Amino acid sequence: MHTDQVPTPTKGIIPARWWLPVAVTVACMALLIGAMVGPAGPTWWRIPLALIDRLPLIAIDSGVSQREWIIVWEIRMPRVILAALVGSTLALSGASYQGVFRNPLVDPYLLGVAAGAGLGATFVFTLNRSGSSSWIIDPLPLAAFLGGLIAVFVTYAIGVAVEGRRNGATLVLAGVAVTALATAVQTFMLQRNTDVIRQVYSWILGRLSSATWSDVRLILPYVLVSSGTLLLHRRLLDVMRVGEDEAVALGAAVRRVRFTVVVAATLGTSAVVAVSGLIGFVGIIVPHAVRLLAGASYKAVLPLTTFVGASFLVLADIPGRVLQDPSETPIGVVTAFLGAPFFLLLLRTRQMSR
Amino acid sequence: MASLTFTDLGVAYGGVTALANFSDTVKPGEWLCLIGPNGAGKSSLLRATAGLVPHLGQIFVDGSPLNIRSPKRRAQIVAYVPQSPVLPDDMCVREYVVLGRNPYISHFGRETKSDWEIVDDVLARLDLGTFSGRQLATLSGGERQRVVIARAVAQEAPILLLDEPTSALDIGHQQQALELVDRLRREHGLTVVSAMHDLTLAGLYSDRLCLVHQGYRVAHGTASEVLKAETLAEFYGVSVRVIHDADGTVVVVPSRIEKLGEE
Repeated sequence: MHTDQVPTPTKGIIPARWWLPVAVTVACMALLIGAMVGPAGPTWWRIPLALIDRLPLIAIDSGVSQREWIIVWEIRMPRVILAALVGSTLALSGASYQGVFRNPLVDPYLLGVAAGAGLGATFVFTLNRSGSSSWIIDPLPLAAFLGGLIAVFVTYAIGVAVEGRRNGATLVLAGVAVTALATAVQTFMLQRNTDVIRQVYSWILGRLSSATWSDVRLILPYVLVSSGTLLLHRRLLDVMRVGEDEAVALGAAVRRVRFTVVVAATLGTSAVVAVSGLIGFVGIIVPHAVRLLAGASYKAVLPLTTFVGASFLVLADIPGRVLQDPSETPIGVVTAFLGAPFFLLLLRTRQMSR
Repeated sequence: MASLTFTDLGVAYGGVTALANFSDTVKPGEWLCLIGPNGAGKSSLLRATAGLVPHLGQIFVDGSPLNIRSPKRRAQIVAYVPQSPVLPDDMCVREYVVLGRNPYISHFGRETKSDWEIVDDVLARLDLGTFSGRQLATLSGGERQRVVIARAVAQEAPILLLDEPTSALDIGHQQQALELVDRLRREHGLTVVSAMHDLTLAGLYSDRLCLVHQGYRVAHGTASEVLKAETLAEFYGVSVRVIHDADGTVVVVPSRIEKLGEE
């Protein structure tokens, strides 16, 4: 009999109610460390002092000159904040996709969202060579969003058509196929329009390294709408864990939830991909690490993922900023370096538990 | 207590009829057991009632039509336990049972204190109190079935639908699960509709049997009225002996078609 077994501890050493405050603290520390590291600029320990000095009603002598402060505030801070927004959005979107598709192996990258968004952006660059400055709304994020949305729905349609609603590797394979197709179409278009290659590639690689506050302002509305919507769905994602049929029998509006969550996650992903370039694996590493620590309930996973994702990408960006010899290490390289082995490990443990 | 009435209920999957012109009334507090061979339409009837498949005809609860437009309202009236429920491995018992409160929580709402009180109360009454923190993956077959029933009870719906609740259990746990359903039915005045394969158990626990064959209701009544050797031979294509016990229990025993040593 199993009855006399000791209940498996699901929450670890730290009580569940402390997880969120801990995650928020870690995220703040990561932001601070991010602001303190980098070439040029003032001595690192003066930066917290300078930040405290900027608070209202407090004046201390931080010894940071106005010029040094500009380096911190105009060069480092936008990059750090942008990395935090990108990391939290990719991680939160990844966790949400895993929830609605009931598939722990998917993330914005593997579903083809990133490639679809890239294709959408390429369309804008080729059709609108004169630049988008004359437009009232920048068409670039919108096109990226539509591209990402089409890609994820095609991936899902293929996955369902081939394998039904069981959660399996088909969805991931469909995502690989959609990514390959989108990339192929993109390459074809670029071959036809060699004059925009530079623009498109700098878009794909992202501009985290040259981030400005206007980049932050560009994606902030999308990130807020997307994250807010996803976080509101955290209890419903728990209901969806018992499968479509039972969730319906429990009175959940399964189709509406799935549609809204996919649209919100895709909106967030497409917006951040537009400024950060293609960064893989964040949407898989962070949610799974959170699940290992705090259990699998989305009520805990989604808020934690938001902050852990932000911390993760801010910290993953630091090697790139420090190791600048001969040139900066792209952040996507760092996340892939950590993410690919993690993904294989995940595949293996899933295989073993069957 | 609620009565459940089906009028001309029909279910079709892509042009193939699974259930046709099914009419019946389940009285408040009654346990109706659907029997019939695989593919007879038992599950379709339950799934249609739970709102999982579209249907023809109508379903009434206490004389008013069961609302198909609002899944939440329906889930407050009908609780459904599928044949093989999905139990996420890393979910704990209490988290799983609180899903039964979903029909009472607004779309973006959170569980209230009273929802958790109801869950803890249900767990205590089903002797699952010590299980609340256990992960579903660590439960045995009988425990899993009890947890699924607990979720349905937490739904506080007057009608309970069970699709082959004992198919994965050994004989001892089959008895435990059915005794539990019977106890809940008496304590809460639940109206129960179940689909079952074990004819003896079906006759033993339910008030009335309903034999479904190729989508049609072909016989219904008490166990001794429905469980006849010739009826079962006709619709199941099976050779059985039906034994009537002194206390009224009807026992269905399969018999060998060709006995060894008779040649």
